Amino acid sequence: MISPVLAIIYIFIIPGFFFLFAYALFLEYLDRRIIARMQTRVGPPLIQPVADLIKMLGKEVIDPAGVDRALFDAIPLVALAAVMTAFLYVPVVGNSPFAFQGDLVLVLYLLTIPTIALFLLGWLSRNIFSAVGGIRAVTQLFIYEVPFFLALLTPALMAGTWSVSEIARWQQDNLWFAVLQPIAFVIALVGLQAKLERTPFDIPEAETEIVAGPWTELTGRRLAAMHLAFDIYLVAGSALVAALFLGGPLTPWTITPVWLGWIAGFFIFIGKTLVILLILSAFKAATGRIRIDQLNRIGWKYLAGASIVQLAIVLVMNSVRVNV
Amino acid sequence: MPEVVIPIGPQHPALKEPVNFRVIADGEKIVRLDLDLSYNHRGIEKAAEQRNFIRVLPLLERVCGICSHSHATAFAKGIEELMGLRIPPRAQYIRTIIAELERMHSHLLWLGVAAHEIGFNTLFMWTWRDREEVQDTLEEMSGNRVHYGMNEVGGVRRDLSASQVKAALGRLPSLQERIGKYVDMVNNQRTMLVRFRGIGTLSKEEALEFGTVGPTARASGVDYDTRRDDPYLVYDEVPWDVVTASDGDVFGRTEVRIGEIAESIRIVRHCLENLPEGPIRVNAPKTAPKGEVLSRYEAPRGELVHFIRTNGTDRVERVDIRTPTLANWTSVAHELVGQNLADIPVIVAAIDPCLSCTSRLTVINSRDKKECQVSFEELRRKKKTTWAGGGPA
Repeated sequence: MISPVLAIIYIFIIPGFFFLFAYALFLEYLDRRIIARMQTRVGPPLIQPVADLIKMLGKEVIDPAGVDRALFDAIPLVALAAVMTAFLYVPVVGNSPFAFQGDLVLVLYLLTIPTIALFLLGWLSRNIFSAVGGIRAVTQLFIYEVPFFLALLTPALMAGTWSVSEIARWQQDNLWFAVLQPIAFVIALVGLQAKLERTPFDIPEAETEIVAGPWTELTGRRLAAMHLAFDIYLVAGSALVAALFLGGPLTPWTITPVWLGWIAGFFIFIGKTLVILLILSAFKAATGRIRIDQLNRIGWKYLAGASIVQLAIVLVMNSVRVNV
Repeated sequence: MPEVVIPIGPQHPALKEPVNFRVIADGEKIVRLDLDLSYNHRGIEKAAEQRNFIRVLPLLERVCGICSHSHATAFAKGIEELMGLRIPPRAQYIRTIIAELERMHSHLLWLGVAAHEIGFNTLFMWTWRDREEVQDTLEEMSGNRVHYGMNEVGGVRRDLSASQVKAALGRLPSLQERIGKYVDMVNNQRTMLVRFRGIGTLSKEEALEFGTVGPTARASGVDYDTRRDDPYLVYDEVPWDVVTASDGDVFGRTEVRIGEIAESIRIVRHCLENLPEGPIRVNAPKTAPKGEVLSRYEAPRGELVHFIRTNGTDRVERVDIRTPTLANWTSVAHELVGQNLADIPVIVAAIDPCLSCTSRLTVINSRDKKECQVSFEELRRKKKTTWAGGGPA
């Protein structure tokens, strides 16, 4: 355990909430900018995501007729809290100080909450577009969640631990899991894209079909909180994939003094999440939206199949390692 | 899941113009739908009867923002036929060049919209960037990007200078290269293939039965193009081919349109290279003799028909405009049934609908939901009673 002062600094300043907000907005800027350049557009200026957030916070909050106001206010905040909590268990500088056996499972559950929040928002909105979008969001959840979970559990199986930080540390002594388990790495990236509802998996918020899906009736600070939640979702998700498959913030050799190691780890973390963002953005720019029935086919036929194959490979590798 | 009614329109992100579908869906499958087209009737046909031939052309250009040249040419062509005018070849060539440039920019615009409907915004941005090349050419030639104002009864209003011809020819190779890229993309991009293949299928028999026109019909294997089968302007002198496809689905319509852009480039290049010398207009009489004419024109969206009746004055007695979208609408309603909810935008976009051009007057009494036609006198009475009271009742 760490001292309370350090814990507070970790949670609230760096790499906790303060850094998290800034980095999430920066990643949103970078994402928009990368895609804009790929589409031969200029893209927004650096300050744009911050300006958007502040403006949305100041806008009037409109309650759809007959909606449960308290619940409608609370859901975006719950989603925001869930992804922010999830981030605390992902190693950013060295190990996470809050790491415990099983935090991987906790992180996975916390990262599912925004999707459930979208479903609830869609259901509560009393708007046909939102309802259809909410149903699509939860249908999609059942499709990508199983392969995604299986893909993220294979590193845990191989490292023999259920802690994200310890899986990252395992890769310090061995190869990265992206090299050892390339199939799981690809599935994790696809699953992350689907979790974040980015093209080609933006089915629940398909603009040309159902306006904005569950987001349709969100206004003002609710919309701001939900947007922020998804920006942080992107950071937490890519940090998790970086920790599980790309060795997290750790270097194969030990750096002394310890604080220099922390700083190095911090920049390694930023570099790795940026690489993952670049992959996700390129994926988004290069595809159109698929239909939910097509996603169902792809998800259960190929993604789930591939993740089970990966699981079998890992079990075989494990038994070989034990016997040697 | 029980049947739900999903209203699409009159205001909806997928629609650029007002139309209303009441889609009755069972889960994600469309069971049936009601279509309401008329939200934007502008009374252009009536207004055309009040103006002389000089003033009616700019009005008819404003029927549509995309195919403005089509409407002006279709009308001018009809009136010239009634007057028995012989249009100088240079004017014919210039009209053809503008018409084909218009087809290119319309099809590029469509490709972008179709990509946007499936959320593929990269292609949307790319095609619209390339469309700017065509728009620049049009602006150089006519001074305008949208309503070119090139036509008048008896010829065209602006000549093309040698430098304009050279600049336009200079733009064509890069466009041709880009089109090649789009052909490659449409044939190989996975998400486009899964979203376009087998969607909104229309067999050849159905295409004929519903009276579809243009790329919609040609995609179903109907080998028909007004430019070839009832040639006007200089289409019988220029080497070009009619593009057809046998798929009959959205993918086929994409293929046809991209093929037509390539053909348009061919036509424009030929016309620019072989532009004859000579005058660009003849003096037209002020009045047209009494008569009737049906002027057919292959607009980017399909066959456009102007029916013109004159009575010996300087005005038309009646002009009736049948836009290609009107001919294609019924097939859309047929294609949509049994399809997925997510495919509505794609299927509707596939005929490249131009809704405001299509609006026909229907008055709906919002109190008892009854549709009825009203006479002009009734309308005037209604106007008085409605607006005398200080606002709509």
